[in-house]
Amino acid sequence: MSDPPRRLVVGVGNPDRGDDGAGRLVARLLHGRLPADVRIEECLGGAAELIDLLREADHAVLADAMVSGAAPGTIRRLDCASGDVMPRSAGASSHGLGVAQAVGLARALACLPSVCVVYAVEAAAFAPGAPMSPRVAAAAAETARRIAGEFG
Amino acid sequence: MARRTINVDVLARVEGEGALRLVVDGSVLREAELRIFEPPRFFEAFLRGRSYTEVPDITARICGICPVAYQMSAVHAMEDALGIVISPAVRELRRLLYCGEWIESHVLHMYMLHAPDFLGYDGAVEMAADHPEIVKTGLAIKKVGNAILKLLGGREIHPVNVRVGGFYRVPTKRELGALREDLKRALEASLGTVKLVAGFEFPDCERDYDLVALGDAGEYPFNAGRVVSNKGLSITPPEYDAHFEEYHVKRSNALHSRHVGAGAYLTGPLARYSLNSALLSPLAQQAAREAGLGPTCNNPFRSIVIRAVEVVYALDEALRVIDAYEPPDRPFAEAPLRAGIGYACTEAPRGMLYHRYEIAEDGSILDAKIVPPTSQNLPSIEDDLRSFAPGWLSETNDRLRHLCEQTIRNHDPCISCATHFLKVDVVRV
Repeated sequence: MSDPPRRLVVGVGNPDRGDDGAGRLVARLLHGRLPADVRIEECLGGAAELIDLLREADHAVLADAMVSGAAPGTIRRLDCASGDVMPRSAGASSHGLGVAQAVGLARALACLPSVCVVYAVEAAAFAPGAPMSPRVAAAAAETARRIAGEFG
Repeated sequence: MARRTINVDVLARVEGEGALRLVVDGSVLREAELRIFEPPRFFEAFLRGRSYTEVPDITARICGICPVAYQMSAVHAMEDALGIVISPAVRELRRLLYCGEWIESHVLHMYMLHAPDFLGYDGAVEMAADHPEIVKTGLAIKKVGNAILKLLGGREIHPVNVRVGGFYRVPTKRELGALREDLKRALEASLGTVKLVAGFEFPDCERDYDLVALGDAGEYPFNAGRVVSNKGLSITPPEYDAHFEEYHVKRSNALHSRHVGAGAYLTGPLARYSLNSALLSPLAQQAAREAGLGPTCNNPFRSIVIRAVEVVYALDEALRVIDAYEPPDRPFAEAPLRAGIGYACTEAPRGMLYHRYEIAEDGSILDAKIVPPTSQNLPSIEDDLRSFAPGWLSETNDRLRHLCEQTIRNHDPCISCATHFLKVDVVRV
């Protein structure tokens, strides 16, 4: 019998930068709501630490804040296997090698989980120390509900 | 010939937000300026009134890449103010913690940010597609640095276990011993890294820098030593303010620094290596020789080779510390509170980091001064551009822009720390 798939949820972001904490809030809201084998992690989003997590998973769901120009609180589900999360090196710093770069690197290094989904929540404000916008916090709660559904 | 302006609006693969503007008039370079628009962060101001005990945890937040450097300069300065003498074991553990940070920071810069310049890629993701083994090796070495930080610092980023006088908790011999096998594997891989980067093509660009680093410490410097230069300077950290000054330039939210009476100077791998290469471990010295490095180096493009050698050293040194470790009787030393001023310089991956604190009798901070390595290096980075770019003016704008960005990345600037960076504009007129 083959081993069961290694399942992972990662909340990405900086909880001290307003809406950038949306992904981390999603992870926190999922504690106690997922099957026991699903590992829940939080991280700041550095590509190296994300790859370390991704290479140990067969099924990964990432939650992160995004800036796409959509209305704040908009939720997008991106399927990495279909190429939805495209890495862009331009503008990247070692602080800024983020989720897209991590997914791109993991793909290049042949360690991208066979199922890899990113839930992205449109953010509005990133002021240091600011609370999360109510619309983004509500979207984080909805995102948690949808992710729980993925593992249901 | 036409006037050309090359603007790099946001400099990539550097830390923080900044831009470069080059104005080329025919065959003459008129302007080469770094504009730093990363907002100022006012750490020095909000340290005032806080307790001396809080300084390692607050200053660690200045940088996610080199928090250990901020913690080390902070605690040494506070210990200087309070007359605290740390135990030999704590001293060794601090070297080990710094090894972890050099490994993490240097490997990240070499593999993710700098190597793509030499191998002709836009970034690490594109490079990984053609050279996955190179990137995998880098990530594996970096992981060992993370493990050191996690064990000694309590976590991999913004460690929480450092305190004035030592550590809140020191590791057991068994805990440190558990790192040995991974360190040995990483050391083997790091020798391969030196060979890899030594094979890159380097432009023939040398300058007569005023190189400043810690030295005269009897060891390759992390936490201790005098502030020395290749021009004969030899002072103690308390004398730093008399020899170096910060000044404001309108285009930059980061202060610049100069060596009083001399001008721009350079800290970082070139300086540290050129002033201390004889103090590297035999294995690191051999790796440097085989990579074609002499006892000194004035070509900033070769900084990647020095970083690779310093990673060999950091791994070698980490093993030395672990093998010799005996836990101290107490994890930290203390002394009665007193008013005073404390000074310290330590060697962050990017260069020398100076802290000065004045504290009151109750231990509250009255005044703080923090001079990050990138602030010290910004004038030299601009001078590099003014010296080297004139030789590249016949290149296309894209190629010129790339060479200038690489010139900046040579110094692994951390603009986030210094503003307390990049976008490149080339104007041809």
